[in-house]
Amino acid sequence: MFERVKAVQGARWIIICFAVLFAAACAQTKPDGLSSNVKPGTGQDFVVNVGDRVFFEEDKSTLNSQGQATLANQAKWLSRYSQYTITVEGHADERGTRQYNIALGARRAQASRDYLVSQGVSASRIKTISYGKERPVAVCNDNSCWSQNRRTVTVLNNATN
Amino acid sequence: MRKILNTISVLAGLKAWGRVVLVAVATLMAQSSVYALVEIDITQGNIEPLPIALPSFSAEGGDSKLSADMTSVIAADLKRSGLFKPLDPASFIQKNMSVNSTPRFGDWRQISAQALVTGTVTKQPDGRLRAEFRLWDVFASEQMLGQQFYTTPENWRRLAHIISDAIYERLTGEKGYFDTRIVFVDETGPKDKRVKRLAIMDQDGANVRYLTRGDDLVLTPRFSPSRQEITYMSYGGADPSVYLLNIETGQREIVGNFPGMTFAPRFSPDGQSVVMSLQQGSNANIFKMDLRSRRTTRLTNTAAIDTSPSYSPDSQKVVFESDRGGTQQLYVMNANGGNSQRISFGPGRYSTPVWSPRGDLIAFTKQHQGRFMIGVMRPDGKGERILTEGYHNEGPAWSPNGRVLVFFRDTPGANGGPQVWTVDLTGYNEQRVDTPAFASDPSWSPLIN
Repeated sequence: MFERVKAVQGARWIIICFAVLFAAACAQTKPDGLSSNVKPGTGQDFVVNVGDRVFFEEDKSTLNSQGQATLANQAKWLSRYSQYTITVEGHADERGTRQYNIALGARRAQASRDYLVSQGVSASRIKTISYGKERPVAVCNDNSCWSQNRRTVTVLNNATN
Repeated sequence: MRKILNTISVLAGLKAWGRVVLVAVATLMAQSSVYALVEIDITQGNIEPLPIALPSFSAEGGDSKLSADMTSVIAADLKRSGLFKPLDPASFIQKNMSVNSTPRFGDWRQISAQALVTGTVTKQPDGRLRAEFRLWDVFASEQMLGQQFYTTPENWRRLAHIISDAIYERLTGEKGYFDTRIVFVDETGPKDKRVKRLAIMDQDGANVRYLTRGDDLVLTPRFSPSRQEITYMSYGGADPSVYLLNIETGQREIVGNFPGMTFAPRFSPDGQSVVMSLQQGSNANIFKMDLRSRRTTRLTNTAAIDTSPSYSPDSQKVVFESDRGGTQQLYVMNANGGNSQRISFGPGRYSTPVWSPRGDLIAFTKQHQGRFMIGVMRPDGKGERILTEGYHNEGPAWSPNGRVLVFFRDTPGANGGPQVWTVDLTGYNEQRVDTPAFASDPSWSPLIN
């Protein structure tokens, strides 16, 4: 079970890298820049073509313009694919104390949730959870990693790939 | 000459721990005066450790490895406290000590021993162990203490810790902390996929036992001051929540029925309630739940992160951290909420406050200029002292006698991870507690005996 989840996540990252590296030149890319090698309306479509995460400054939970744009795109996508409910995960970097970071992650999740609601996503479709500093995605010892960990991730609860 | 007094006190026995029975031992010679020569004044800042000789306990008709192992555990306890310097057995002049004869004090003065412990371990016909020891004041040539214990053989380490506590208490005038355990979070696997399990060990790192299997993320276990119970946070349910776990029976229950995530739990001094944070939208506030009546009480109500509550030992106050003023700082409020006063004013951010069981100090984590420190201050916020600092030190918890703090120290990078350390109030005596893997969030049990 655990191994299977890992493999799926790995595949997701490979697809993201592919999309980033070849977005401009790739023959399969549509004129609007979206990658066509994923089926529209799937979890992959959401991660690759919309973006599932937004990032935050140190000890902050305010959304920057890039984060707002990502969330607005998420809202658009979610209105088209209304079968999904979502969980917004809030995360913090490792340079804080455990309990505070749990609350800080919750605050970030709430900020993303509120923005999605302001963009028309029904609050009843959204659940939030905070993992504090417990689930980093980048593990190096400088801000290039810590900044990737200060994030919210919008997860489709009933996605198929 | 020798007779065993008939005063018997039964130590608070815990089922899983077996029972240890203490019997006082008559002195071999005139009991020392009130003013013993050997004493440690632990009120001073930097302490010169007391030279103490611990010749291996004799094994009368018994297991000499066991008696040597017990002596080693006692010596290690005393050494780790930083208050004692066990002398090298190779330097001992008098060999083959018997617990039943008066030492040749001159031989021990010659190697500068100030205190001497003699002992014996025997196996009784009924299978129990009998351990007897005497503590001697070398310069006064007097016995300071003599005790005898009966217990089951599998309890031998615990018996050694009880003897360490008796020696510590007689020589320092304060309760020891060796017959105790530490609950912590065992961490295995890569940094981005850590598996966390609740685990418990003796205070010296021995007898590690796992309390959860690692299926669910678990954080911040805290010992009950009155029962074999811990409270902790788990991601096992619908919302991450505070749970209780009975460490004898394995019985587990959720604390309260809160609408949302609860975290940062801690018991009240009587063990009858739990204080914790409840996440409500962007804000975290502090609530208390009475474990008998199940009644919940809101203690704070701010648009901020209020967390890490910890009671004063008299149950009158609660210290906690809040970012209501912009950054994490420490506040003290009344135990029923209200009258919050900020107490931390130094440069940096203060968090994870925990009130000393003696009431005189509050320990905390402090972040300043990318460094993480463990420090203490008085409950009015004055007298701040940093005991250790470095890349990442976090989450202090007190030994039951209020002399030592246990905390975790993290190391950077992909292969880094937390380990459990102790530091005493002088700040000079730092020790790592050996754990099987990475370990974090330590919390000390009360004294068992």
